[in-house]
Formats: sequence, C-alpha cells, structure tokens
Amino acid sequence: MTRRIRQRFFLISAAALALCFVWGYADLPPFGHVSSSYANIVNAISVPQRHITDAVTAVNFDVRGFDTLGEEFILFTSVLGVILLMRRTKDEPAGDHEDKAPGRKVPPVSDAVRVTTLLLMAPTILFGWYIVVHGQVTPGGGFQGGVILSSAPLLLYLCGSYPKFRGAAAPRLIEIAEALGAAGYILIGGACVALGGLFLENLLPLGTTGTLTSGGMVPFINLGVGLEVSGGFTLILLVYLEELMEEKE
Amino acid sequence: MIVLQALILMFVAAAGTAVVFTRDPTSQAIVVSFYGLLLGIMFFVFQAPDVALSQIVVGAIALPLMIMLALARVKKQSRKAQK
Repeated sequence: MTRRIRQRFFLISAAALALCFVWGYADLPPFGHVSSSYANIVNAISVPQRHITDAVTAVNFDVRGFDTLGEEFILFTSVLGVILLMRRTKDEPAGDHEDKAPGRKVPPVSDAVRVTTLLLMAPTILFGWYIVVHGQVTPGGGFQGGVILSSAPLLLYLCGSYPKFRGAAAPRLIEIAEALGAAGYILIGGACVALGGLFLENLLPLGTTGTLTSGGMVPFINLGVGLEVSGGFTLILLVYLEELMEEKE
Repeated sequence: MIVLQALILMFVAAAGTAVVFTRDPTSQAIVVSFYGLLLGIMFFVFQAPDVALSQIVVGAIALPLMIMLALARVKKQSRKAQK
C-alpha cells in the first residue's frame, strides 16, 4: 500500500469518524446540566434507604451488586490467565532470583530512594485500608483501595531487592487472600439466600449514616473486594517479576 | 470551575497526542502514565472522585507497569532467540 493510498484511506475514515462524532454529540444533554432520571433516583434513595453517602458505592455494591460480582470475576479470571500463561514449566529451572539481564546496567539503590520508599510504606498501607473501609462514606472502596494496597509490596521491591519483595509478598498467603476475597462476595450473597432473602439483598442493620458501620453489608463486600483486588494485582506483579528475574545464564 | 475544566481538557488532548507521537514503546509507557494521571485529574475536576481514584491507580501506575514488564519480557525472549 503506497503512502498516498494510505493517506486517502485515513482521510476518508477520519471524516466518517468526525461525522459520527458530531452526529452522536448533537443529541447529548447540555454541558453541566445533566440530570438523568436514574441519577435523581439514586441520589434520592442512597441515603434514606441504604444509609450510604457515596452514591457510587450504593449503586455498585447494593443496587447492582450482582453486576459488580461479575466485574470482580473479570479481574479474578484475568489474574488466573496471567498466572497460567507465566507459570514455570518443568524444563525451566527455578532461578536464583537475581537481576542479571545482560546489557542492562542496574545501578545500586541510593539511600535517598531507600529511605523515601520505606517512609512511604506505612502511609500507603494505611491509606489503602482507609479507602477500602470508607467506601460507603466517601469516594473509594474495595477496588480503588485494593490497588493502592498492592502498591505497598512494590515499594519494597523499589527500595530493596527482589528476594525481599518476594519474602514480604508471601505468594501463598496472597493467593489465599485473593481466593478468600473472591469467594467472600459469593458467600455473602449465598448467606442472604440462606437467611431467606434474595441474592445479595442487604439484610444487615444499616447503621448510622456517615459512620464506618453504615450501609449494612456493603462494608463487608468492600473488604472482600479489597482483599481480592490487592491480592490479584500483587500476584500479577509477582509472576511478572519472577519471570524476569529467572534469567539463567 | 469552567476555566479549570477547559484547561484540563486541553492538557488531556495534548497529552493524548503526545502518547500517539511517542514512537519508542518504553518511553511511551512513561508518557501514558503521565496521560493517565492527567485523566485522573480531569475526572476529579469533573466531580467524579470515584472514577478519578481508579483512574490514577490503574491508568498512572498499573497499566504503565504492566507495559514495562511485558516489554522487558519480550526483550528477554528476543535475546534468548538470538543466542
């Protein structure tokens, strides 16, 4: 394909795309004045009916909790897929966990980096859990907090070495945490059915609006999701780094 | 507020273009991280803090990291093939 044909092809496609864009955008509600009926309903019910001040959490973990279960398992399956693809096969010997890729100069970690990452570690873990447990009060929740939590072991990798990271990350424990988190969501839903309600129906007392214990089941689901997400992300990092470190010369 | 929104929209447009025009995959991963951070700020300015949090952790940290790790893996593979 010559340059000219490619250019023409691009121009025609770009023009068609621009046309569709304008056509699609013409019918959007005016900027800054969006007020769909769904948004109004959610805003109206999330505090009085669920005692949840963060409407997004109310929708995600209560109103459409079943959909979020699916979302959580998208992540679970993709983590599983990555682990399956990257697993060590029998003819690949276990490495000595040292970064010795040729042609890559690895400078020693400076004291400044070590101190900074170590100082950041505790605040990161605290902040991660804060975001997880305050899901029903302020923006955030299991997904966001979980990813923040999984960045804590990564800090250890940055400041030290891979063996230390691996030691602290404890793959077996993390696998269990991830599985527990994923199973927890279904178990909570199943418990509702066992108690005579619907799947994921909010049966627990709703508590006082604006406190950690508000929202009935939502904080528990968030805890499960937080475990699952932080475990999943840490596992992905582990298998990737494992793969890179095990370069046997 | 409107000024802030217009400003961040322009920054996002510029950063998006920068991502496309960066040809080296490794530097692209860094640029895409910066772009992810800008997107997070944009969501925050448009009053969607939940999405902003997810965007910052996934777009600015997790995605570039995965790209870098995958690139390192690919490079390792091609080195092995050369031997």
